[in-house]
Amino acid sequence: MSDNKRYAMVIDTKTCVGCAACVIGCKTENGVAEGFARDWIFTHTSGTFPDLQMTIRTERCNHCVDAPCVTSCPTGASHYGPGGTVQVNRDKCTGCKACIASCPYDARFVDPRTGTVDKCTYCMHRIENGIPTTACQEVCPTESIFFGDLNDPKSKVSELLDTRESYTLLPDAGTKPMHYFLR
Amino acid sequence: MDEFTSTRSNHLIDPVLHAWGTEVPIYLFLGGMVAGIMLLSGLMALRRTDDRTSHALSLLPWASPFLISLGMMFLWLDLENGFNAIRFYFVFQPGSPMSWGSWILLGIYPASILLAWTLSPAAFRETWLRRLSSVPALESISKWAMERTPFLAMANIVMGAALGIYTGVLLGTMAARPLWNSAILGPLFLVSGVSTGAAFMLLYRLNDKERVFLGRLDMGLITTELLLLALWMIGLSTAGAASRGALGAILGGPYTAAFWTLVVALGLLTPLIGEWIELKHGAIPGRLPAILVLVGGLSLRWILVYAGQFTSWAGNVTAALH
Ligand code: SF4
Ligand code: SF4
Repeated sequence: MSDNKRYAMVIDTKTCVGCAACVIGCKTENGVAEGFARDWIFTHTSGTFPDLQMTIRTERCNHCVDAPCVTSCPTGASHYGPGGTVQVNRDKCTGCKACIASCPYDARFVDPRTGTVDKCTYCMHRIENGIPTTACQEVCPTESIFFGDLNDPKSKVSELLDTRESYTLLPDAGTKPMHYFLR
Repeated sequence: MDEFTSTRSNHLIDPVLHAWGTEVPIYLFLGGMVAGIMLLSGLMALRRTDDRTSHALSLLPWASPFLISLGMMFLWLDLENGFNAIRFYFVFQPGSPMSWGSWILLGIYPASILLAWTLSPAAFRETWLRRLSSVPALESISKWAMERTPFLAMANIVMGAALGIYTGVLLGTMAARPLWNSAILGPLFLVSGVSTGAAFMLLYRLNDKERVFLGRLDMGLITTELLLLALWMIGLSTAGAASRGALGAILGGPYTAAFWTLVVALGLLTPLIGEWIELKHGAIPGRLPAILVLVGGLSLRWILVYAGQFTSWAGNVTAALH
């Protein structure tokens, strides 16, 4: 991107307890339509009783580097915004849902109030206006959510990805997600 | 053992994606049929050597602009924010098949209307020239078109092919839905579209020569379609786990019965056998096989649009099967 930033989010799955404060925080901050969510809690339990393992994580749009939602959008409403994030310009959106069908993560939905597409913005309205945190990050009681610039080697997100093992979701889908999970 | 839970329950997204409902398959069906009518009108215009063309066939090219308008109405109905539909024409997004499609749709009108005009019976043209005599430049446009029937026929063949292929590519480029994600969908939808176009034409009062021509052609098209379906399945079944899992939607999964009965048995095999028996006994192809082809063409798109949304990289198909 022209602004030379690469925004990313890192989730510590070791400390996330799945309280869904991030979900409520996002809905409140962004006025998300009733019954819809831009972020959500996913749990995965595996093994044979009593040897069980559990992963809890908070998921949302991955702000992919090669975002099929942007490529498939016929109007340019879905586009790359600040720091390489993926944004939707509601004024251009026709609600054709090509982007919804092309997102392997099902991260998007139609806002019933406007008929336009909605999804996580990485709180660009905050970040671009000098507030350094996203709403979900702000309210997380276990401080499991980190947000920052991967092009800055000294940022917290760079440091975490340098020092801890991490993964992204469905890497084989080839979209280069920018939403990381620490093991 | 693995157990998953998610707090997400967004309408039309969870538990299974249902972004595109009934309007999109109907639009794809009508679009494919128009592609077929344009292609066949173009071909038959190039082959036309005598004046023994039936009245119905000379007027059938007019079906294209009407059917495509009906299709576009369904497409528009599917838009959640139809007010912004004009936005399709503010940009061209080369990576987006939907953007290609909106521009192709615009080209359909002049190409199909001009060819329909030149192929219409002379009396029809004269009547309308008289009725619309107040419309400026109509005479000169008519003269221009009449001198260029071969060019317009070619234009209809090219535009028809583009339209037919695009209706398949629209789904085929969606890597997120492994059942669709195959380049075969382009030619498959084109061939199926031409077949439904031929079937649509067979519903009208064509002469025997025309019926035999379209009936024979349709047998070739149905056979090609069966081969393309087989190739599509071979492709998916020999690709990665996501593709193989997706194929489960029509091989044991929830869309199996509908696909094999409506699309393959009723929509392809039955009309193929019917047309074969007719031609073998020197009978003239009737309307029943044509109706079945139309049912099959709509079913193919309907089932694929629904089944494709059922498949994903997260593998809910495999999850649902076990
Ligand atoms: S997660 Fe989906 S919506 Fe978000 S950038 Fe990637 S493809 Fe687009
Ligand atoms: S629904 Fe809106 S953002 Fe999504 S592809 Fe269509 S126009 Fe673009």
